[in-house]
Amino acid sequence: MFARPNAQFAKPRTRKPDFPLMILESKTPSGPLESKWEKHIADGKLVNPANKRKYEVIIVGSGLAGASAAATLGELGYAVKCFTFHDSPRRAHSIAAQGGINAAKNYQNDGDSVYRLFYDTIKGGDFRSREANVYRLAQVSVNIIDQCAAQGVPFAREYGGLLANRSFGGAQVSRTFYARGQTGQQLLLGAYSTLSRQIGLGTVKMFSNREMLELVLVDGHAKGIVTRNLNTGEIERHSAHAVVLATGGYGNVFNLSTYARNSNCTAAWRAYRKGATFANPCYTQIHPTCIPVSGDYQSKLTLMSESLRNDGRIWAPKKAGDKRAPGDIPEDDRDYYLERKYPSFGNLAPRDISSRAAKEVCDEGRGVGETGLGVYLDFKDAIDRLSESVVRERYGNLFDIYKEITNENAYEVPMRIFPAVHYTMGGLWVDYNLMSNIPGLFVTGEANFSDHGANRLGASALMQGLADGYFVLPYTIPHYLADVSRDPAPPTSHESFVETEEEVTSRTKKLLENGGKQTVKSFHKRLGKIMWDYCGMARNKAGLEKAIQEIPKLKEEFWEDVNVPGEGSELNQSLELAGRVGDFLELGELMCRDALAREESCGGHFREEHQYEDGEAMRDDENYAHVAAWEFKGDGNAPERHVEQLEYESVSMVTRSYK
Amino acid sequence: MNIFQVLFQTSIGKKAVMAVTGLIMVGFIIGHLVGNLQLFAPPEKINAYAHFLEGLGPGLWAIRAFLLLTLVLHVWMAIKLTLENKAARPQDYVSQQTLRATYASRTMRLSGFIVLAFLIYHLLHFTVRVEGFGTYPHTTLIDGTPVRDVHTMMVVGFQNIWISLFYIISVGLLSWHLNHGLVSMFQTVGFRSRTWSSFLTKASVLFSILYFLANAAIPGSVLAGVVKIQNPEVAGYVCPAKCAVCEAKNAKT
Amino acid sequence: MNVTIRVWRQKNTEAEGHFEDYEAKDLNPNMSFLEMLDVVNENLTLDGKDPIAFAHDCREGICGTCSCMINGKPHGPESGVATCQTYMRSFNDGDVIVVEPFRAKAFPIIKDLVCDRASFDKIMQSGGFISIRTGSAPDANAIPVGKEVADLAMDAAACIGCGACVAACKNSSAMLFVSAKAGQLNLLPQGQPEKDARVLNMVATMDEAGFGNCTNQYECSAACPKAISEEFIAKLNRDYLTASVKSVFKPKPTTMV
Repeated sequence: MFARPNAQFAKPRTRKPDFPLMILESKTPSGPLESKWEKHIADGKLVNPANKRKYEVIIVGSGLAGASAAATLGELGYAVKCFTFHDSPRRAHSIAAQGGINAAKNYQNDGDSVYRLFYDTIKGGDFRSREANVYRLAQVSVNIIDQCAAQGVPFAREYGGLLANRSFGGAQVSRTFYARGQTGQQLLLGAYSTLSRQIGLGTVKMFSNREMLELVLVDGHAKGIVTRNLNTGEIERHSAHAVVLATGGYGNVFNLSTYARNSNCTAAWRAYRKGATFANPCYTQIHPTCIPVSGDYQSKLTLMSESLRNDGRIWAPKKAGDKRAPGDIPEDDRDYYLERKYPSFGNLAPRDISSRAAKEVCDEGRGVGETGLGVYLDFKDAIDRLSESVVRERYGNLFDIYKEITNENAYEVPMRIFPAVHYTMGGLWVDYNLMSNIPGLFVTGEANFSDHGANRLGASALMQGLADGYFVLPYTIPHYLADVSRDPAPPTSHESFVETEEEVTSRTKKLLENGGKQTVKSFHKRLGKIMWDYCGMARNKAGLEKAIQEIPKLKEEFWEDVNVPGEGSELNQSLELAGRVGDFLELGELMCRDALAREESCGGHFREEHQYEDGEAMRDDENYAHVAAWEFKGDGNAPERHVEQLEYESVSMVTRSYK
Repeated sequence: MNIFQVLFQTSIGKKAVMAVTGLIMVGFIIGHLVGNLQLFAPPEKINAYAHFLEGLGPGLWAIRAFLLLTLVLHVWMAIKLTLENKAARPQDYVSQQTLRATYASRTMRLSGFIVLAFLIYHLLHFTVRVEGFGTYPHTTLIDGTPVRDVHTMMVVGFQNIWISLFYIISVGLLSWHLNHGLVSMFQTVGFRSRTWSSFLTKASVLFSILYFLANAAIPGSVLAGVVKIQNPEVAGYVCPAKCAVCEAKNAKT
Repeated sequence: MNVTIRVWRQKNTEAEGHFEDYEAKDLNPNMSFLEMLDVVNENLTLDGKDPIAFAHDCREGICGTCSCMINGKPHGPESGVATCQTYMRSFNDGDVIVVEPFRAKAFPIIKDLVCDRASFDKIMQSGGFISIRTGSAPDANAIPVGKEVADLAMDAAACIGCGACVAACKNSSAMLFVSAKAGQLNLLPQGQPEKDARVLNMVATMDEAGFGNCTNQYECSAACPKAISEEFIAKLNRDYLTASVKSVFKPKPTTMV
């Protein structure tokens, strides 16, 4: 233990003679933290109201970040085109967020403030996020709640009619606003309603059932996209003065995750291949209390609220392969491993620690359930201590969900839980303006990397998506557009569009005509297994190196032997998936490379070589307090790792400790 | 939008027309029933009542025109809505379950059309009084006013078991129609809420049953011989005193 | 367990559809219905046949994408769940399960079990919003909303827009959807200024889209995966009729010549 970072990776590999060194300039405004954003707005250029309609903006994605940006920019007068691969903008996976949304309103008078929310978020992110971005996020959080309440989002209320709050994710203040267990749904529907209004008014043109398959650059600037109409198979070109990607996270690289089945990395990945750098791809959040996999057919993992750990006790049999029913295993043969390993925190040990502990138990063959991938979360003691009715009152709805999925009554038999991937902190690199290193390409929401560092706190994802879309992008896009000619966007007959469409068509054609023997899903499963085994909760050098060997082989096999049935000129879900899995196969490798290069443990990235004796993550602030942004160097070449040093002006880095 | 567009072109407007015309007709049938129940009183009562109604002259025609309009609107909207509803699913399911809809609600069209057929017959029989549909005798009230003998007309009519059966079945179907129609009316105009939906359902069932029983009592009691022909001029008159005149008359027929 | 699925296959909107039978063997009862379809599709692909197209995404009952008519009931035999939350244990070994798309004129079939529900979006675009400019909102606590009203609005807002109400309705009426969306906003104080215009416009768009008319049978509510109550339809009727009457009698603005 206490291993020093491997010298080989201690220094970022920036030496590459053929290319000029890329400088990732954060463009963070100067001045005190509290007034940076205000100063930035004041310093920014504006677009004359009469000229706004001359600027076309493409927004890809219609989740919280995309819908809110499209609605706001449309309202401001820009000519917006919004794209989603769903049949309706309302279906984006933001809809599945349950818990709530944070805002520094201090409605509870319990000492919350913008600074406290900022500090909690940056500390929660294990000091791997950009300070100024996070502060701005905390600042605009208060506007989000006002905005959503005015839109008619039915937030939970107190009897007096004021908004209710709860404490969430271990925060010491109650700053989380919620709408039953469906906060994400309600916020998304709020954004969707404002977007719908703009579509009705004609300021936003909505393109549903369109999947972005390529980014178009004209003279180095993002000027359009190539999409496939998923219903008709038509390949379409769309041009604009700027492109915004709000395309969500890439957790489905693991195949099984809490993501929607169709969530994918294609838009972001295509932008990466066109030159946008991909930052911190290895940061993956894994949630400890999900319902375990029940068989090979499994398509999806479902999250259960972590609050269950307040009263449930987690255990596994002591003996490997103990197939007795849980009730038949006597106390002496049970291992309450969290209580054993972390006596002070016990079952409430942080997410990453408790996730890893569960994995270890299962790796030792002590996992429970049909697949051996699960541990017990037992409420027997709680029921004895509190009575079943109290437990029912506290967790009734969760027990119901569990029953619905597993057909087991958790009041009688212990629940089975297992960790699952549910958020990716990494994403395309963006500066303070949310613009990537490609001019005119903006990235918002989970698709960018900026606000959560190495780990995202509960109820922060909704906050970030809406902050970006409602309150950041509408201010920063004009900074860029003001310098762009008011002439119409490049015609789609421009050679860049023709070439890019050709790339898309040939790739689609290749997939359809491949005539291999293996299904797309089987490749996705195999990739997911490699990723989960070597780039999951705990990573090590040997495993990552192995994965970096195996994934390209799998990719090669995919392009040789994948079988994509059907035609290109119709709804073809196999073709859609094939394109996505093709990109996941490349992204997976980059994630492993990033994980290998980051010789430290921090937040959602845990390297077994870098831990304290108690299993705590050991950060290396001296060598790794930076953003690693990867640049595509062409197929067959290793990507190049660039670095943006993280400067902390207002906070000092401290070690996360649970002693 | 003007009021006609709202009422005859929008989905909810058309439904409101159904509800309001339905309500008017429910009002009418209640009044009609109360009038008819006078059959159980001495003939003088119902005959005087009928005479009073006929004496309204233009007023009666106004009421009849209004009711006819109501009926036409109700039927017209029903046909229009039905056609639209059929068009809204050009290709039907191979199998579709019924989850919650009541049997009455699913047979509204059938019950409605049978009731309509009955209504036409009923009007021809008792209102238009088409020759051959029934017996239409006359009598005088106590004050000597010559009037139509509605009492006898009804009794003679219902003494025919087939007419009575048709009548009973039809009012049964009408009650069945009301069972869904009444509660549905409240929903359509927006007065049905969680708090009293169950009361409304029960009240409407109770109303339908009472309405049916009261209506069925009329032909029922005629068939059972409780209500008899009381006009000595009419064949079938049963003389309470068994007088020779009557016996001779009955013997003739 | 083994089942036979009788699936509606239709190449595209214009094509004629027909049923085809597929054997689904060795199923785990704890599989979801969609996972069963995944397995059938994997086998179809390996056999060189075209897999069944079906709509799905989140697979946790919230996105509203999945839309199968299973044995004559939207989303399958259980109540209060979407297709993705229907499990094979709800069926018996050896069952023949009939799977059709949601059918309505306003929901044209795109392929197999996938239908186009864009008419719902059109309804929303005509009035399913509160016109509030970004950045112009007052403090969230400046508009108190009674808990009961907020809870009722949330009941309506739980709608996932799947279209099961239309699919279950004998008349393909969209009243439950429209009433839930309009009802949520019309209940809240924030929604009052546009209350009348909202219902008038949304109902007009609903009518144009070719949905049928409500006959108060409440099949919609029974089929709704979120069990949204038909009392919102009563509210919509009330709001709509009131708004219509008001629009007929409201004073017209003076036009200056």
